[in-house]
Amino acid sequence: MTLRLFWRKSVNALMLSLTGLCALVAVSVLFFILGYLVYHGGRDVNWDFFTKLPKPVGETGGGMANAIVGSGKLLLLAALFGIPVGLLGGIYLAEFGGRAVPFVVRYTADLLNGVPSIVIGIFAYAVMVLPVHHFSTLAGGFALGVMMIPIVLRSTEQFLYAVPRSMREGAMALGASKWRTISSVVLPAASRGILTAALLALARVAGETAPLLFTAFGNRFWSPGWSQPIASLPVMIFTYAVGPYEDWHEQAWAAGLVLLGLVLITNIVVRSVLSRGASPHRS
Amino acid sequence: MPQTSAKPAYNRESSESSATGAMETVLKPPVPSGSHQTVLEAPLRMHIRNLDFYYGKLHALHSINLQIAANGVTALIGPSGCGKSTLIRTFNRMHETVKGTRLEGEILLDGEDIFTQDVTRLRRRVGMVFQRPNPFPKSIFENVAYGLRINGLPAARHGRLSDAVEHSLQRAALWDEVKDQLHKSAYALSGGQQQRLCIARALAVDPEMLLLDEPCSALDPVNTAKIEELLFHLKQNCTLVIVTHNMQQAARVSDATAFLLNGELIEFRPTPQLFTTPSDPRTEAYITGRFG
Amino acid sequence: MATANTTANAAGLPWRPRALIRRARSGDEIARLITLAFALVVVLLAVLLVEQLWINSAESRRHFGLAFLWSRTWDPVFNQFGALPFVYGTLVTSALGLLIAVPLGLGAAIFLAELAPRRLSDSLTFLIDLLAAVPSVIYGLLGVFILVPLMRTPIQPALKRTLGFTALFQGPAYGIGLLTAGLVLAVMIVPFIISVSREVLLAVPSDQREAALALGATRWEATWKAVVPYARTGIMGSIFLALARALGETMAVTMVIGNNPRISASLFSPGYSIAAVLANEFSEATGNLYLSALIELGLVLFLLTFVLNGLARLLILLTTSRGSTVHT
Repeated sequence: MTLRLFWRKSVNALMLSLTGLCALVAVSVLFFILGYLVYHGGRDVNWDFFTKLPKPVGETGGGMANAIVGSGKLLLLAALFGIPVGLLGGIYLAEFGGRAVPFVVRYTADLLNGVPSIVIGIFAYAVMVLPVHHFSTLAGGFALGVMMIPIVLRSTEQFLYAVPRSMREGAMALGASKWRTISSVVLPAASRGILTAALLALARVAGETAPLLFTAFGNRFWSPGWSQPIASLPVMIFTYAVGPYEDWHEQAWAAGLVLLGLVLITNIVVRSVLSRGASPHRS
Repeated sequence: MPQTSAKPAYNRESSESSATGAMETVLKPPVPSGSHQTVLEAPLRMHIRNLDFYYGKLHALHSINLQIAANGVTALIGPSGCGKSTLIRTFNRMHETVKGTRLEGEILLDGEDIFTQDVTRLRRRVGMVFQRPNPFPKSIFENVAYGLRINGLPAARHGRLSDAVEHSLQRAALWDEVKDQLHKSAYALSGGQQQRLCIARALAVDPEMLLLDEPCSALDPVNTAKIEELLFHLKQNCTLVIVTHNMQQAARVSDATAFLLNGELIEFRPTPQLFTTPSDPRTEAYITGRFG
Repeated sequence: MATANTTANAAGLPWRPRALIRRARSGDEIARLITLAFALVVVLLAVLLVEQLWINSAESRRHFGLAFLWSRTWDPVFNQFGALPFVYGTLVTSALGLLIAVPLGLGAAIFLAELAPRRLSDSLTFLIDLLAAVPSVIYGLLGVFILVPLMRTPIQPALKRTLGFTALFQGPAYGIGLLTAGLVLAVMIVPFIISVSREVLLAVPSDQREAALALGATRWEATWKAVVPYARTGIMGSIFLALARALGETMAVTMVIGNNPRISASLFSPGYSIAAVLANEFSEATGNLYLSALIELGLVLFLLTFVLNGLARLLILLTTSRGSTVHT
């Protein structure tokens, strides 16, 4: 082997190792994060955490029951707002649209998708909080819903496109109207993909803190109804982590573990279902 | 030009004379308009008159004049790109699902212009089976029941629905093979079975006419034979139009054959005649394999 | 009847309007209108967002004019507001984040797209996608309790000792500050760079790599000299997208940046980013001018990310128009 060839092969091996190392470092961050959360937060994830309200400031103990329920309520609102808009809008883009309208809709969806979440929070504040002069669950749900819309919209469009034309023709040749074809053949065929996209979008907004800071704001108690400020898991983590009490810090770790656990489990389950079921119906 | 017999008998066994006599008066293109009037007394299901078809600027079909006879099999043959699939898809207005197409001329089903009727009603009367089997991602039962359910036909109450599904599957010669697995996914069936399922699905709504666009081209010879046998039974009470690139199939299966080339109808004769004594040299060239 | 020739288009004209009516009756038209309405809601929301940002920042814009953008003072007590400290902090931390994340992310992307065996690449990519799903506040948690003490004790003093002659590494080592925020940002945007760059690289037609290999290139040479240059524009696009993400990153940065609106050359010093000041001060802002100034900051951030995202998508479009489609 000539010297030059030896050099080239060494460079090849070196770069292979270096880039592999980069990948390894990137992936190990995940395990690092998980490890630390389990280590620090594992001790404090107990029954109290899930069932008790936060104690008054300065006292130790208590839990985050209201934040867990609060996140649930906010996500429910986000889903009620974001999924129908995204789904039906996506159906329009994939099934009915022409040239101009779909282009504008896609462009604005991408635009909304790229807006920093804190700016979405300002938007929700201006539209939902300012007029009524108080924070509310509705405002928080609205902000999260707005964040979900572009994701659900684009995914719906993509999964509908993926349904083969032959299936639509089969239905139309039997005398199905366009809407009938969509609702009874195309949507069911695309439903798995759309559902997973919606779940992933939900998992994404479940971890969002910034848009809730001045919409849902926070609450140390239960929040009945929909027009009062409400606690949420991410905001509690933030508040407790930057707060001065050691007890708060420990609870922040516990909450972080619970939040991350939920987000990761949803992602793992949904992504493996999506990839396993990618071609369930090939004959 | 006398109508010698009221019913052209489209059995291959019958002798040529009376059948072809009636056929020839009607089927020599181009037919002067006056004779259309007399032809309507004969049981011709569909009339295509001066059909021109455009994909955008491309003039795909030129002035087609054709008559499809009831309860028989009419085959459309020709080389790739000759327009036979385009033509058959106008018969149930499936061309309208593609943007940019334009059609001029008339198509009459039992004397009614198909363009003035509700298209979904038309498609119930004129069914279609496609080149590749395209069952829905549903169970076998639901595939066959689909047409019944969406058309709200009287059979769509459950008890009668099962009967209708069974009847269709029997007509499609599939019942025995699937009767114990009606609730399995349609995708569990083989290619040939799936195509017969699609035929059953189309038959479920009891169409008067069935269009088959190269139904066997994706199938092996065994399944092709099964479907050809099926067609022979079906034509007794259904009008069939089949597009095929397989001439032997056209000769085996059909009663009348139309040969298309470059969007024009070159010749339309009873099948035995077209294949033994074609009148146009282009037809002869095609069927003897000199091109296509 | 049968002047059935084509010109009059006898079958043509009557059935179009009738078909329209029939379509409406059969519910298709209703379905189209309803789905159109929902699609337009998206457009409405975007328009409303820009409008609200514009209107609600009006007072501040009128009061300070364009000078807002380069004014250094941020004093709620005396109602003096300027964006420069925040723009500075945002840009410095993002640049730092990119500086660290791009080589790391690109290296990993190259490994996953070109050099690693398929199974390994798929599982690692799966894990990295999970990493991208980790919420910002979790990164903040780790930043505050793990990274900051680490910076305060071993790392920053070490940097000071070695590189303290530069202006960048001077001053007291609090642990929090621009450097720490930049590091946290780097960790957060790496998965993003990896996944977009990987897709861009995978979209390069395989004949590029094959041509190089057929000429006797090693795997690395084929990758670095044939595939990566082809994907260059798309990779630039992914960097822009990552930058746009970094600019808007709120929680993790807020928790470690120090929350001090000063401009200093030293990376050890505490600073402030646009997103961080919004997170901290928005809910407590008293007075219309204060709130309006904050919203104007939000407008600035929006415009920055808008331009960057637009450029990024253009770049990615340019690559993928030569290859296959890429989902971002």
